Amino acid sequence: MALAQSPSPESPAPDAAGPRITGSLRLAARQFPRHRAAMLGLICLALICLAAALAPWVAPYDPVQIKLSAKLKPPSFEHWIGTDHFGRDVFSRLLYGGRTSLSVGLLVVGFAFVMGVPLGLASGYFGGRVDNLLMRLVDAFLTFPPLLLAVAVVGLLGPDIQNVMLALGLVQAPVLARMVRGSTLAVREDVYVTAARALGAGPARIVLSHLLRNVMSPIVVQLTIVFAAAVVAEASLSFLGFGTQPPQPSWGRDMSEARRFLGDAPWMFLAPTVAIMLCVLSINFMGDGLRDALDPRAWRTRRTVSQAES
Amino acid sequence: MPLLSVRNLKTRFATDRGTVRAVDGVSFDLEEGEVLGLVGESGSGKSVTALSIMRLVPEPPGQVTADAMTLDGTDLLALSEAEAREIRGARMAMIFQDPMRSLNPVLTIGRQLTEVLRRHQKLGGAAARRRAVELLETVGIPMPEKRLRAYPHQFSGGMRQRVMIAIALSCNPRLLIADEATTALDVTIQAQIIDLVKRLTRERGTSVIWISHDLGVVAGLCDRVNVMYAGAIVEAGPIRELFHRPSHGYTLGLMGSTPRVDGQGPTKGARRLTPIEGMPPNLIDPIPLCPFLPRCRVSVAACRARPPAPRQFGAGHWASCFADLAPRSAP
Repeated sequence: MALAQSPSPESPAPDAAGPRITGSLRLAARQFPRHRAAMLGLICLALICLAAALAPWVAPYDPVQIKLSAKLKPPSFEHWIGTDHFGRDVFSRLLYGGRTSLSVGLLVVGFAFVMGVPLGLASGYFGGRVDNLLMRLVDAFLTFPPLLLAVAVVGLLGPDIQNVMLALGLVQAPVLARMVRGSTLAVREDVYVTAARALGAGPARIVLSHLLRNVMSPIVVQLTIVFAAAVVAEASLSFLGFGTQPPQPSWGRDMSEARRFLGDAPWMFLAPTVAIMLCVLSINFMGDGLRDALDPRAWRTRRTVSQAES
Repeated sequence: MPLLSVRNLKTRFATDRGTVRAVDGVSFDLEEGEVLGLVGESGSGKSVTALSIMRLVPEPPGQVTADAMTLDGTDLLALSEAEAREIRGARMAMIFQDPMRSLNPVLTIGRQLTEVLRRHQKLGGAAARRRAVELLETVGIPMPEKRLRAYPHQFSGGMRQRVMIAIALSCNPRLLIADEATTALDVTIQAQIIDLVKRLTRERGTSVIWISHDLGVVAGLCDRVNVMYAGAIVEAGPIRELFHRPSHGYTLGLMGSTPRVDGQGPTKGARRLTPIEGMPPNLIDPIPLCPFLPRCRVSVAACRARPPAPRQFGAGHWASCFADLAPRSAP
């Protein structure tokens, strides 16, 4: 016990002495690769992101270059996924479009997380008047039809891809906040939260290491949905003329333009559709894996330590 | 001077239907190293008393008042929330009923143990881990170094309660409150946990408040017992005294409804357990008489006239009851 009273002299080099505790997050990270679907999703998404990021070097053609003599050509060696009604290379547009769509998806997810999670946590943790105020605010946002709200925001700020992201983030953040609040309310009543308080944990510790860690799983699942919704919503906004302005490519835009040529040039439609689908699927798989990795109870345990009884 | 001194503790909760007097005028002292039992049925105010001492009653809707409530000279009620946090876990600690739910499922055992050590004893990473291993060893967890990396769901109920005890005792608190700490465990594990708490608190001179509705557990562990009913202590006394001479109708009822190995209940010749009839009392509009009166089997005329005052039955043994219960001979 004498040892316990004096602050350890070796504390600057913690791992040199004493047994190690691997951090929960590090254990979770170790768990993730065991989820096969999640790894597949991660690899697939990484490839798509890489392709989009490297578009200027990878793309065989300029995505906005019009060549009417070659319009609506089916896939060939020259144009891997054919050409569209202006004779533009669909594959090149796909790569460039991915830059728009993916960044919209990721930034909206980021925005929703940064706005929605603290709001929901605060609401659920403090309860009472704070909860009432925040949730009425959220309710106000939720009363608007999501697309209409986005259109209104973009209409106010001008049709620009940044404004589209902001608008979609504003649409998604309240949904996330509401969900986080619900989960927080449930977790807050758990005995371990009281037990932590009985051991002297303050609000910051309770919220960050107990509440947030325990509501992370539903948050991750919700964020994968937000990503998918954002990519699709960007398409809708672009279609309405509020999002990406032609001739700039985006998966959503190209998809809606391709509608008119569905019979003549199905590749025009299929390419962005499949891209969106792959992305959303990958993200969903990753979400599953992340959710399981964050919840130790879902781990497939190797029985290294005997589950001895007391 | 007693370690913990509680005078006229009242804890109320404002609800839509009125004010619930969950704890209504509780007074007791707890000496250094003493083990005090707090018994009573569900809703009698045992847990709320404990939470009030720990300053864990949410205010509002709760409201805690007392003429005095001191731990080792510190006025607990005068503490700010930040000051209370410094004391919780360091000078007083609490373990809860459900070991399945009182550990955070997504954090490793090691993390949860070291968190407290870092918080209160300002230990660095390595020192905290070494201390955590020692603690796990002390509470009888095999391969403690490996177990630091395990999660709560990888432990059985008994093991989890051992971990909880390790966490609660990690900073050598002066006072340990155990709220139904063995109720959720099966009987053999129960006995082990009780032995463990007994040994560890005796070694360290920790005072214990042991909350239970199980008279058998209390009999085996405690030095003194307070019997609570309707938010008040109705009988208090040294363990042997109280068991041999229950002096309140409610204590008698509790003992009559507890199985005994020798088959002898306090109610003469009863071969069956005698349940306490009726419902727990209404804590919003208490009757101005003895709260146990509607369910009492031994009430006398005076019970219906005025509320009972505490009567002395022996050294440190008193009960708020008018009935003269026949003293039982010591076995």
